[in-house]
Amino acid sequence: MVQTNPGQGASQAKVQFGYIRHGDQDQAAPVAHPVVVVGAGPVGLSFAIDLAQRGHAVVVLDDADRIGEGSRAICFSKRSLDYWDRLGVGDRMVDKGVVWNVGRIFHGPSELYQFNLLPEPGHKRPAFINLQQFYAEAYLVDRVNALPSISLRWRNKVTALEQRNDGAVLTIETPDGPYRLSAQYVIACDGARSSLRQMVGAGFSGKVFEDQFLIADVKMTAEFPTERWFWFDPPFHAGRSALLHRQPDDVWRIDLQLTPDCDPQVEKKPENVRPRIARMLGHDKFEFEWISLYKFQCRRMERFIHGRVIFAGDSAHQVSPFGARGANSGLEDAENLSWKLDRVLRGTSPSDLLETYHIERSAAADENIRESTRATDFMAPVSAQEARLRKAVLSLAKETEFGKRMVNGGRLSVPSVYETPLSTADAEAWSSGPCPGTSMLDAPLKAADGRHLYLTDAFNAQGRRFTVLSFANGGTTDVPDGVGVIRIGDADGLADAEGFAGKRYGAVPGTSYLLRPDGYVAARFQHPTRTAIESAVARASGLS
Amino acid sequence: MALSTASNFAKPDDAFRAIVEAHRGLSEKDSADLDAALVLILANHIGDITVLREAITLAKRRMIDTSQQQQQQQQ
Repeated sequence: MVQTNPGQGASQAKVQFGYIRHGDQDQAAPVAHPVVVVGAGPVGLSFAIDLAQRGHAVVVLDDADRIGEGSRAICFSKRSLDYWDRLGVGDRMVDKGVVWNVGRIFHGPSELYQFNLLPEPGHKRPAFINLQQFYAEAYLVDRVNALPSISLRWRNKVTALEQRNDGAVLTIETPDGPYRLSAQYVIACDGARSSLRQMVGAGFSGKVFEDQFLIADVKMTAEFPTERWFWFDPPFHAGRSALLHRQPDDVWRIDLQLTPDCDPQVEKKPENVRPRIARMLGHDKFEFEWISLYKFQCRRMERFIHGRVIFAGDSAHQVSPFGARGANSGLEDAENLSWKLDRVLRGTSPSDLLETYHIERSAAADENIRESTRATDFMAPVSAQEARLRKAVLSLAKETEFGKRMVNGGRLSVPSVYETPLSTADAEAWSSGPCPGTSMLDAPLKAADGRHLYLTDAFNAQGRRFTVLSFANGGTTDVPDGVGVIRIGDADGLADAEGFAGKRYGAVPGTSYLLRPDGYVAARFQHPTRTAIESAVARASGLS
Repeated sequence: MALSTASNFAKPDDAFRAIVEAHRGLSEKDSADLDAALVLILANHIGDITVLREAITLAKRRMIDTSQQQQQQQQ
């Protein structure tokens, strides 16, 4: 098991991995692999685990040999936790993470409003956990090490890429010198400064925000509740914004907005950061774990697929952090791509199916960029009139409901709704329930033996394949071969004990939802027929 | 719903006057602050993004440059 060493100080690696020479390096000709993942961050590791669990061999390359330079991503969404449950690491993440559902927004010394991201019970996972990225990566590496079909290779740096019609050949630099590998598909999860992106010659343009943000992780014992606290113009940091967030191990994330013209090297010095944080906390009994200074950028690649190289996570899109849309959207990329690549590798779907990865996830990236740009612009108005409008909103928020709703201290990540050729349009009128292209909703269920479980558990138990969620009407559900079934309401099946499932899915007896292998709704029927389900499965598989 | 540009007030002079009086005696800065708040309050009351966008378009037509305006006046 990977041992992590929290509290070692700002710049030290939390986990060190050794370079191990691989037999592939002794071969004269490039050894062929179906899939090579470049980048062992949360996205690359999750993708590799997913694909391995679907029965494929995966090579993962990373140019470093350690994880844990600072906590970086800390907020992991319910959607990401549902995904990690499918990868067998959800419990470990949640056990270590700090759970939160409530955010508070302050203006000056007073609270403007608070929001609860998961006001209703009946979900397996909370709205968010906070967890240092190095813990998430360490748990994912443990899971990778338990899967013999994944070959994880540290200090393997890709230095050249040669695209061919049926794959790509990578040149890899190691401490023992270079070697080459060929792959049917290369998945580039190598981060915002992706070298693969440069190798395919793709641009990465977008917007750079002028204001700088100081990000510090400090270790202290404090009585603040486990909530997200955001300040506009706080007494301790006049005229700017601030964010306070709790992490495990008594570590707190603090974001402070700085002026565009400040000198990063000066601002980063602990002796200059300390008084700012002390003013915020009202004391100086804390130690620094990590200090970093950022200028935020929002940008994406025009196309996520370049020949046989497919980009996922920060390599494909980058957002400012207010909204927890970076790592979480990367994990959604991984989940979206893995089932599609699985089908293409097996030959059960045409390679065109991969194009829907680009369609769905580039639209999601646009949405994430739009949301995080709006939040960042609200925090750092770019003109006198924008500042005036923001001032009006903050002032109106004290007295009015609509003003509160306009205050933007970051809109937190929720799963995107896909407008996608994989969806089958509703043929009937629906007044509620998730429409095609929407992520499945969780609900508490009870098995015939009295065991409590969640709908997300039942979905995973079906093997993360196309699955029909059916609300019983006394008859049987006739589904095509290879499609899983979850029946709710049968005498001998799963009971909707608390009524949440029926309510959330707008169900009447007979209602059926077709779920994709990534848990998205592909189609729904009030009067399902085998033919209609077959046709929806074919469409969602890229076969029609 | 489309933006209504018909005259909606029974006494339009009262409406214009109310806005003018709200600004009377204010500095340029306070006037601008007042307008910002007023725009947001009224926009929310309308509560229709299509109407708001039409209103913005109509208002922005005032920003066309002076020479263009003069040309239009001559025609």
